Amino acid sequence: MENMLIISGSPHVHTSRTVRSCMWHVVAALVPALGCALFYFGLGALAVVSVSVLSCMAFECLIERYMLGRRPQLSNGSAILTGLLLALNLPSNLPAWIVVIGALVAIGIGKMSFGGLGCNIFNPALVGRVFLLLSFPAQMTSWPLPLADRLEYVDAATGATLLSRIKMGEVSADDIDLVDNALGLVGGSLGEVGSIALLLGMIYLLATRIISWHIPLSIMGTVALFALCIGSNVGVELLSGGLLLGAIFMATDYVTSPMCHKGMVVYGVMIGLITMVIRHWGAYPEGVSFAILLMNGFTPLINRYIKPRKFGERRMAK
Amino acid sequence: MGTTFNKGGIHPAENKTAADIEDVELPNEVTLLLSQHIGAPAKAAVSKGDRVRRGDMVATACGVVSACVHTPISGVVTKVDRSLTPYGYMADSITVKADEADHCDDEVRRKNVEPCRSIDELDGLDGERIRAMVADAGIVGLGGAAFPTHVKLAVPKGLKADVLIVNGAECEPYLTADDAIMRLCPDEIMGGIKLLMRAVDVKRAIVGIEENKPDAIVAMKRAAACCGVDVTVVPLKVKYPQGGEKQLIFALTGREVPSGGLPVSVGAVVQNVATARAVYRAALYGEPLMERVVTVAGTARPGNYRVPVGMGINELLKVAGGIPADTGKIVIGGPMMGKAIETIYAPLTKGSSGILVILEREASRQAVMPCIRCGACVEACPMGLEPYLISTLSRFRMFDEAEEQKVTNCIECGSCSYVCPAARPLLDYVRYGKATVAERIRQRKKKCEDK
Amino acid sequence: MQVILITVLVLGAIGVVGAALLYVVAKKFHTHEDPRIGEVESLLPGANCGACGRSGCHDFATACVAADSLESLVCPGAGDAAMKRIAALLGLEASVATPQIAVVKCGGSCEMRPRRVRYDGIRLCSAENAVGAGESMCGYGCLGCGDCVSACRFDAIHIDEATGLPVVDESKCTGCGACADACPRKVIMIRSKGPRGMRVWVACSSRDKGAYTMKVCKAGCIGCRKCAGVCSHDAITVNGNLAVIDPEKCKLCRKCEAVCPTGAIRTSNFPVRKSDCSV
Repeated sequence: MENMLIISGSPHVHTSRTVRSCMWHVVAALVPALGCALFYFGLGALAVVSVSVLSCMAFECLIERYMLGRRPQLSNGSAILTGLLLALNLPSNLPAWIVVIGALVAIGIGKMSFGGLGCNIFNPALVGRVFLLLSFPAQMTSWPLPLADRLEYVDAATGATLLSRIKMGEVSADDIDLVDNALGLVGGSLGEVGSIALLLGMIYLLATRIISWHIPLSIMGTVALFALCIGSNVGVELLSGGLLLGAIFMATDYVTSPMCHKGMVVYGVMIGLITMVIRHWGAYPEGVSFAILLMNGFTPLINRYIKPRKFGERRMAK
Repeated sequence: MGTTFNKGGIHPAENKTAADIEDVELPNEVTLLLSQHIGAPAKAAVSKGDRVRRGDMVATACGVVSACVHTPISGVVTKVDRSLTPYGYMADSITVKADEADHCDDEVRRKNVEPCRSIDELDGLDGERIRAMVADAGIVGLGGAAFPTHVKLAVPKGLKADVLIVNGAECEPYLTADDAIMRLCPDEIMGGIKLLMRAVDVKRAIVGIEENKPDAIVAMKRAAACCGVDVTVVPLKVKYPQGGEKQLIFALTGREVPSGGLPVSVGAVVQNVATARAVYRAALYGEPLMERVVTVAGTARPGNYRVPVGMGINELLKVAGGIPADTGKIVIGGPMMGKAIETIYAPLTKGSSGILVILEREASRQAVMPCIRCGACVEACPMGLEPYLISTLSRFRMFDEAEEQKVTNCIECGSCSYVCPAARPLLDYVRYGKATVAERIRQRKKKCEDK
Repeated sequence: MQVILITVLVLGAIGVVGAALLYVVAKKFHTHEDPRIGEVESLLPGANCGACGRSGCHDFATACVAADSLESLVCPGAGDAAMKRIAALLGLEASVATPQIAVVKCGGSCEMRPRRVRYDGIRLCSAENAVGAGESMCGYGCLGCGDCVSACRFDAIHIDEATGLPVVDESKCTGCGACADACPRKVIMIRSKGPRGMRVWVACSSRDKGAYTMKVCKAGCIGCRKCAGVCSHDAITVNGNLAVIDPEKCKLCRKCEAVCPTGAIRTSNFPVRKSDCSV
């Protein structure tokens, strides 16, 4: 035996899953939604997505190397994922320089200021989006119409989203064609259109066991129940706005969601409740981002107080 | 779908290939470590130059938790001294060298020795007798932990066992030794179960076997049907760590062993199938524990080998086809809970359930990434602990907090380290925290008693 | 104008009420502590190392103030001078303690004790110790992961990159024993510093037989008893293949160092011998 034997504590085998593969699975799950966005918004979508992804990667790389003095690890895909999620939360006619600012806030403030991968408290993409929403309210709420002006970028024809039209009293929720809604033929950000594509992504994530059902289903369940209770249209509440995108891709972000299943359900239910409260009684037409960010802040508290039941502890009380 | 335990658990690649048991020729020399079991080392009962015969006791149990040691070959004691263990330490041992005059052990072994008592006599043995016999035969738990069996069979005063759990789960990847024993000698196992039931005074026994061993389940069910006592064979869903005592008891009876408690506090005594067989052979043939079935994997000729205790690991590996040039790690036991060895020039012990040769490229650990708080470890922990938390607490030496989080409940199954996508050495830290906290608890108790 | 007036009045009133509340609480919950405790504590290093046997510096200071004599109260970290000042402050007699120091009982440097296996786990001696005998396959020697370094609160012990062994900084070590407790193999010993720092000790902890020790480490004590034979002060005992020098009996003659075949006996702070210079 020429080689030096290796010794280490058990276990001596390891799963094939890595941080990188987790991230790339999520990116893969976003492909249908991305395709939808490109189909509906054309050139604008392409511009926003590429600017967002590239600037997120660039900022991560620069900050890692020159401010933190570490070797940047872009290949783990987390910066790309943040860029994609940020883009999916933006309107397709958003000027590139605003997208770049969003990426800087998302990566710089949302992620790197806390120490990088795994250390952030808030979902970076949502930090970026909410920053833009508060700083550039006009640009952030003029939504291009799907399928119109697909070759235009900044000058595409715009309209309000369904939820804001409902909020303004322009349309009644009962008049809305659910099929159109599900297919994405209503205004909105890149990722809000195409509910079916988002659901496909969810099925993929559940099948590959990247996420568990607890967060998305508890959010959707809460929203549906709440809508039933206050007599709102369940279908519209579920399919419109950023709810699906938020429930499937944003709220399930590993870093900012609770660790155990019980905690995940509490987190999901609270997101659903806050979303509905904002939608119906708040100043904004849509509240998923705010709800998720708020609950991100509560995640450490949930982790502290909601713990899995330890094996063998129940009988001790006797 | 079979039953299983309630929390956590993982599905590592099984890598099991059912193989029959092959006898290994007896070696010319064996080195019998005096501490092959959990507890106090045995005390040498022979001295240099003594002539011993196969099956002779060469070291006696010393203290309550201890087991005696027997030689598997006849010959002369050449050394009563310290020798190298697989883990690189020097430890007390006895070396026996076969001499020309007495080389018919292999024949004796092949012929299947005469029973020293009839089956009827076997049925007449009482619990006390059986326990004494088990102690005399030096039998220890053959699942890997090597806890002296007679100690486990002695139910503490004030407690009463009502069911014997027989562990045929063999949930570790690669290992098929128990599978082979169950397929090839189910009747011997049943005989052992009957004896063990009387030793702990229970009327019921449950055998748990994972569903990936269908032949073993069929064979054991057939044997159970005609054994005349209440033995149920229950197929279990394949999930690691099914063979953990607490997990197995829950899977088969729905009872939860309280943290810090013994299995017998919920009325269960757990024994491995190979142990049951050893008990039967000790009772029927008067054969002490001096051989065991070892799964060898990763060599040119992997398989299950019947190996005398004390044989050099290098010799067994040679029989199994030798190790590849790019060997990185050799593990005794399964890949999840086994221990990596430092040298192959050391003897096998009673607890060696498998020898795994892992290639260098698979043996090295991956680069550690930051924790992404995915919760996979929490989901995987069969004890309902939060490995990410207790490993961090241990790492930063926050032992009071780690104790609060029940770090001492950890069974060191390794599920957390296995599933971690960031390849963090969770169990390394948890183990460190567990040992430190356990030591602190001991110190505290001692202080209380002193006062 | 009225708005400003009301604001000022309201805020002022809140301030007055708050101040009154604070005063009452401060009076009610005031505890008296002997001011000397604080003074004594300020003379202590404040490392809370526990070497004095108390749970921390404050506890030690409290004990000093309460005690009638300082006989059993010694802070190794503060040193004699500080203990004398504490004694003067309290009007007591300071007890003189022999200064202690940590000594590493392993000489198995990377060169003397080659690596035989590779440890691929967390850099923690206690973790490596639990896995097996360690990379060199010496079951008694230093593992070099630095549990002692992280245990030291005086920054007095460091791992030498070249030898892989810990080195004690004499000027900083207080002999508190935190490193000795942290070492899973008890390689570090706390002993008297010796006159002008001169010490003779066995830099090996191996109780393995000489033949095996020699196989794994060129610098190990092989229990040959030559040192015990040459020692005229009866200071060396060989027990379990390991020589031990009693610091109380050792007269620092260094005969043992000269006869040790493996160089396991080490000395420190001796003036350079003339014979050494001529070589």
